[in-house]
Amino acid sequence: MADDSRRLLPVAIVLAGAVVLWYLGAVFLNAPGAIERVLAPKGPYSNTELVIATWSMERPVLPAPHQVAIDLWHSLVDWPLDSPRNLLYHAAVTAQSTLVGFVLGTLLGVVLAAAIVHSRTLDRALLPWIVASQTVPVLAIAPIVLVILGSLGFAGIAPKAAIAMYLCFFPVTVAMVQGLRSPQRIDTELMHTYAATRMQAFWMLRMPAALPFLFPSLRVAIAAGLVGAMVAELPTGAQAGLGARLLTGSYYGNTIGIWSALVLSALLGLGLTAAVAGVERLVLGPRSFR
Amino acid sequence: MNAPDRTPHPSSVALPARELAVSARRVSVVYPSVEAPVHALSEIDLAIAPGEFVSLIGPSGCGKTTFLRVIADLEPITSGTVEVNGMSPHEARLARAYGYVFQAPALFPWRTVLANVMLPLQIQGREPAECKAVAMEQLGRVGLAGFEKAYPWQLSGGMQQRVSIARALGFEPRLLMMDEPFGALDEITRDRLNEQLNQLWRRDKRTVVFVTHSIAEAAYLSTRIVVMSPRPGRILKQITSPLPDERHLGMRDSPEFVAVAHELRQALAVGSRTDG
Repeated sequence: MADDSRRLLPVAIVLAGAVVLWYLGAVFLNAPGAIERVLAPKGPYSNTELVIATWSMERPVLPAPHQVAIDLWHSLVDWPLDSPRNLLYHAAVTAQSTLVGFVLGTLLGVVLAAAIVHSRTLDRALLPWIVASQTVPVLAIAPIVLVILGSLGFAGIAPKAAIAMYLCFFPVTVAMVQGLRSPQRIDTELMHTYAATRMQAFWMLRMPAALPFLFPSLRVAIAAGLVGAMVAELPTGAQAGLGARLLTGSYYGNTIGIWSALVLSALLGLGLTAAVAGVERLVLGPRSFR
Repeated sequence: MNAPDRTPHPSSVALPARELAVSARRVSVVYPSVEAPVHALSEIDLAIAPGEFVSLIGPSGCGKTTFLRVIADLEPITSGTVEVNGMSPHEARLARAYGYVFQAPALFPWRTVLANVMLPLQIQGREPAECKAVAMEQLGRVGLAGFEKAYPWQLSGGMQQRVSIARALGFEPRLLMMDEPFGALDEITRDRLNEQLNQLWRRDKRTVVFVTHSIAEAAYLSTRIVVMSPRPGRILKQITSPLPDERHLGMRDSPEFVAVAHELRQALAVGSRTDG
């Protein structure tokens, strides 16, 4: 318990600091609008009234934390889970394409890394392209992928998962190439003296040796995959997903709605990363104590 | 100049090459280099009979480890012939005819002690229950019963090296090769492990080829000691030990042991003098 509180205290202090700054920022940024649209028409106003007004505007430049919290709460509680007005529904849609893309991207990354490690030709042929693929901005590639997959009859989750996968596979490939090459010469020679086949050496030596490299990359990958899935939701005119909510929010100047979607996407990202960390602890087990 | 003593070991003279555990003839290993090629091994002739405990001793760079690696098919030879149990080293490796203990334990950190010892058996495709039974037995033989669930990093260096010996013995190889297995251990641990190794060897009379740079270790363990010298790596002298097979640490003060150690020290001194 003492250990928990020691870990939670710094987090709580940073959070409190951020909230204070947020409220101050809301006053500063919303004051001109509040004066012009709310207070000035009514006549003279006090400083207290100004502050309260900046924290309770309908379309603030920067909504106050409690406004976002209330909006989020209402969206979660007031509507059934399958309603498009419930943000959890959108979070689930985004999480689904993120996870599908993450699983496919991880598989692709591991397969690519295994191919690169086992073939010098592939090492030279593939690696430059893999690196180059990541220099293309995802914002540019997303509409292209959506149009092409759409014309082939893939709609819904597939194009979004494809873009999430596009962002996921890269960190996994790079980490796994390093991980699969991490066994020392003495370890590979040991397998050699046992006349182990390449398959046996891969599954009994290279793969387990690579796992400590894989998991940190998975945490990066799932966060990147979430970004990819949300970006993919922007140009589709998709009706569902946190990305779509961000877009509709900005169309209608619903800043509070944008912030709610933003906060929920951050929470979703934290949740997904925590899930990966949990799997890591389960898989690596006693190794993580080293 | 002292001419290198090339007389083969008396017990191995009579045997035809087919029945020898290891037979090397005019074996050379040359590494090409820009200035001058490096002769890691030059014209090595050595025959090792089944059941012998042969130590290779010499200063660093004399090719003792290279020679061991040649026998284990970890290093290609430039010229000459090597046979292990009547096969080429490559065939012998594929037939899993030998066990190899490296300088470092080379245990896999993600496997328990038991799972590490089971590794070569799993690679051979044996039944899981059999793997486990054999591994438990081997762990017991090196005095590590009760540690099977531990992870390698929970053990001391000496215990880790014992695990790697148990692992090498698991599939009952006729030939055991050890490359300075106790080099990184303190002397007290080393003495104890030497005693255990002597017991293990006497129990099954497996052929052992042992690389060391310790005179005491070579004299204590071996039935025959091969003294090597560097540049080019070659055999300088072979000494057959007069000690009985059963050895204990107290023997190190016996006149026979002292004589062997003295002879070794002299041979090594000669080697370093010709080395310049």
